[in-house]
Amino acid sequence: MKHMSEEELIAFRDGERKGREAFAAHLQECPECRGEMERIEAVFAALDAMPVPDPGEDYGRRVWQQIAPRLSEKRARWWEVWFAPGRLVAIGAMAALVILAFWLGRVTRNPKPTGPDIVDAGKVRERVLVVAVGEHLGRSEMVLVELANTQPKQGQRLVNISAEQKRAEDLVEENRLYRQTALQEGDAAIANTLDELERVLLDVANSPDEVTPAQFAAIQKRIEAQGILFKVRVVRQGLDDRKDKSNAAPEENQAITKERNKV
Amino acid sequence: MSDASAVERTLAGERDVYRVLVERHSQNVYRLAYRMTGNSHDAEEIVQEAFLRGYRKLAQFAGNANFGTWVYRIAANYAIDRMRQRKSEDARREVPSRPTEDGLAVDPISQVRDPGPSPERLAGNLELAERIKQALEALTPAERTAIVMRHWDGCGIEEIALVLKSNSNATKNTVFRAVQKLRRALEEFGGPRGAAKTMGTEL
Repeated sequence: MKHMSEEELIAFRDGERKGREAFAAHLQECPECRGEMERIEAVFAALDAMPVPDPGEDYGRRVWQQIAPRLSEKRARWWEVWFAPGRLVAIGAMAALVILAFWLGRVTRNPKPTGPDIVDAGKVRERVLVVAVGEHLGRSEMVLVELANTQPKQGQRLVNISAEQKRAEDLVEENRLYRQTALQEGDAAIANTLDELERVLLDVANSPDEVTPAQFAAIQKRIEAQGILFKVRVVRQGLDDRKDKSNAAPEENQAITKERNKV
Repeated sequence: MSDASAVERTLAGERDVYRVLVERHSQNVYRLAYRMTGNSHDAEEIVQEAFLRGYRKLAQFAGNANFGTWVYRIAANYAIDRMRQRKSEDARREVPSRPTEDGLAVDPISQVRDPGPSPERLAGNLELAERIKQALEALTPAERTAIVMRHWDGCGIEEIALVLKSNSNATKNTVFRAVQKLRRALEEFGGPRGAAKTMGTEL
């Protein structure tokens, strides 16, 4: 038997069953492979030597103290999670895209136009994206502007951002959907801005309901540092221009209205 | 009180019973989070977030599963998302690496993040401990998650695949790549055997 590869040695050590007996027999006979195995074992021994600081016996109690004030809201039941208004928007948008994809599939399969409503499928899809993403960017901009413009009062100990945080959570879900669609459509500029926006929204969504003025200032600073508001406005402007350009095509607009009404 | 009855009572509206679960499983989740992030500050944040998410999603928790495993998985999922997000943010910022005397690139941000004297320093094995830390930091978030879950916590490949949103074969490959990269990094330091010897853990 030839020598065992590094991958085979690591898999063997990891308990891989395939070919186990033959490998075990080979390891017994072959000092080179045994030596190699010892070197691999030494990697794990070195890893085991990496210390993890002891957070202390009362760590669990401290975690509880930190999270308990944030558990005051009622736990969401599964149906409440699924049918939350924000998620319904995302589900609606997803349903619209599924319907659109189905419809486009039918349109593109039939080479002969059958009526005045049949327009270039690609254009309609693009228009749906343009309109929906524009609206989404508008909603995101509002949340970020509200956060950026809020000034904690002097002496205020905690700033409640639970409303913005919940809106950001909902927007993250929508954002993912639009980003993926933009990527599929090959619209890299929109996809990139949505990618950056998602990180900022995630940052807000993952913040506590109430933050200290210092934490709040850090959130504002991160929004500012990314320059995301400016980028969002630029993309929105671009989308508005694209919308205006295609306004000259009434048949197309009619088809778009129909698609959007299906949501 | 068993985990199962603590879950049941929390679901029935006794919010404070959730404390039992938090106190019982915090240490374990902390160890995972520390190994995944390499610093206490991030680890503590991950622990808090995991238990908060666990509380909010408790209704989705299947009673026949183990609460400890469940919250551990929530923490692993959150940690890998965070690591990916941070890596891509760091890449975007394109902070130039500053080479150290031994030619190793050190991310200045990671140095600022955890400035206090670490247990590694107290142990007097700073150089090697730093090397292991850097070797782990050089892994992708998926590789790091895979090696932490597999080696330290003995998780099954299927369980890791769920967190990585991948399949078994790809996950096995991820574990392999992680071990291989760690080995290369440690060998540059004089071999993992030398490393283990320095740490007093030679086989």
